[in-house]
Amino acid sequence: MSHIDTLVPPQPAPPAAAKPITGSRIAGMVFLLLWILLLGGMVLMMFNNWDWEKFTKYGPRYISGLQVTLGLVAASIVGGAILSFPLAFARMSKNRILSGIAYVYVYLFRGTPLLAQVFLIYYGLGSFRPQLEAAGLWWFFKDAWNCAFFSFALNTAAYQAEILRGAIESVPRGQREAAASLGINTRISFWKIIMPQALIVALRPYGNEIILMVKASAIVAIVTVYDLMGETKYAFSRTFDYQTYLWAAIFYLVIVEILRNLWNVLEARLTRHLKR
Amino acid sequence: MNDLLSVLGHAIDPFCGPIGVFTLFAGNGLLSCGDTGWGDEIASGVFVTASLAIVTLPVGLLLGFLVALGKRSEDAYARMAANIYTTIFRGLPELLTLFIVYYGLQILIQAILSAVGFDGRIEINAFFAGMIALSVVFSAYCSEVLLSAFQAIPRGQYEAGAALGIRPAKTMFLVVIPQLIRIALPGLGNLWMSLLKDTALVSVVGLNDILRETGVAAKSTKEAFLFYGIACLLFLILAIISSVFFSRIEIWARRSEAAR
Repeated sequence: MSHIDTLVPPQPAPPAAAKPITGSRIAGMVFLLLWILLLGGMVLMMFNNWDWEKFTKYGPRYISGLQVTLGLVAASIVGGAILSFPLAFARMSKNRILSGIAYVYVYLFRGTPLLAQVFLIYYGLGSFRPQLEAAGLWWFFKDAWNCAFFSFALNTAAYQAEILRGAIESVPRGQREAAASLGINTRISFWKIIMPQALIVALRPYGNEIILMVKASAIVAIVTVYDLMGETKYAFSRTFDYQTYLWAAIFYLVIVEILRNLWNVLEARLTRHLKR
Repeated sequence: MNDLLSVLGHAIDPFCGPIGVFTLFAGNGLLSCGDTGWGDEIASGVFVTASLAIVTLPVGLLLGFLVALGKRSEDAYARMAANIYTTIFRGLPELLTLFIVYYGLQILIQAILSAVGFDGRIEINAFFAGMIALSVVFSAYCSEVLLSAFQAIPRGQYEAGAALGIRPAKTMFLVVIPQLIRIALPGLGNLWMSLLKDTALVSVVGLNDILRETGVAAKSTKEAFLFYGIACLLFLILAIISSVFFSRIEIWARRSEAAR
C-alpha cells in the first residue's frame, strides 16, 4: 500500500498577467494627460494672475449674483410647479378642446428657445405698455427680474406638466380600479394612492428639470439681470480678464454637482422600499 | 451654371422667392423683401440658424460616439477622461460654454501665434465658435444617450461577430452600429431639438441668426412683440419640420422590425 506522506507545500500565487498596452489604454492616457494639462494650465493661470484687489472688488458681487440665480430658479420652479398641475390635468382630460389647448401650450413652450421667450416678454410686452398700464400690470413687467421669472415659470410649467402627466399615466390602471372597488372616493385615491407612486417616478425628471433651469438661468444676464452670469459679464467687461468666466464655471459646476448628488441620495432614500 | 443655380434657388426660396411667404403676404410692409422691409434679413437668419445646427450635428455625433466608447472602455484612464468630459460640459450652462470657447479660443490662438512670432489681433468667427461650443455640449449629452443604447445591445452580438471571425472594428460597424442607431434615435431626436434651440444663444456673440436679425429689426422699428413673435414662430416651424423628418427616419430605422 502506498500513501501520501507529504503534502504539496503551499505555492505562491501565479504572477499577475501584465496588462497589455492596447490602443484604448494609450488613448485613455493621452486624453487624461490632455485634461490634466488643460485644467492644470487653468489653475496655474488663476494662481499666476491672482489679484487681491479684483477678488475683494468682484468676490462679493459673485456671491450676490449666486443668490439672484438661486432665488430666480427656486421661484420659477415653484411657480412652474403650481401652473403645471392644471396644465397636466387639462392635457389628460377627455375634453378635446381642453387637452388641445394644453397640448398647444406645451408644444409652443418646448419648441421655441427660452431666450426668444424671454425677449418676447421683456422687450415684446414693452409694445403694449399703454394697455399694461391701464390694466395696472406695468409695474410687474417693467422689471427685468420679474420678466425673467414670468417667462421661466411659463417655460418650466410646460416641461413639468409633461413630467407630471407621464408620471401619473405610468401608475397602472389597476391601482385606481382597486381604490374604486374599495369605495375610496376619487379625490382621496388620487392624493393617497396615485400621487405617491407617480411622484417617485417623477423624482428623477424633476431633478433634471431643476438642473436644466439652473443652467438656463444664465441667459437672464442678456436682459440685464445681475445673476451669476450677469456679474461675470460685468466683471469681464471691466477687467478683460478671462479668469472671470472660469470662476463662474466653477460656481455652476459646484451647484450642478451638489444638486445631482443630492438627487442621488434623495432617490436612494425615497425608493428604499422598492429595492429587492 | 452659377446663374442657373441662383435663379433656381430664388424660385424655391420659401421666404422671398416668387411663392415665398413674405412675398405673398407681407406686401410692402415691415416684412417685405427688399430695402424697405425686414423679410430678406430674417430669411438669411433662418438659413444661418439651420446651417449652424446642421453643421454641428455630425461633429457632435462623432465626438459623442468617441466619448461613449471611452465611457464603456475597459481601461480606467479612458473612462475617467470621458467622465470628466461629460461632467464638465453637462454641468456648465450652454451660454457660459459658448463664452469660454469664444474667448478661450481667441486667447489660445493668440498665444500660439505669438509663440510663432506673429503679433496681431485675432477675432474668431462667431459661427465657428458657436459650432465648437454647441458640438461639445451636444456630444456630452449624446454620449449618455449612446451609452445607454450600447447597454441595450446584448453581449452575444459581439460574441457572435467574433465567432464568425469578423474583426472587432468590423463587428462594430456591421453589427452593433445599425442596432445602436435604432435604439438611440428617439434620444438623439430630443437632443437635435435642444441643439436647434441652443443655436439661439450664438446670437449673443454676434452671429446673424434668426434671433439677432429679428432683434435688430425689433430695435429699429419698435415693433418688438411682432418680431420676437416671428422669431418664436420660425423656431417652431424648424422644430415641426425636424420632428416630421425624425419620425420618417425612425420609420426607416425600424423597417426591419415591421415584418414581424
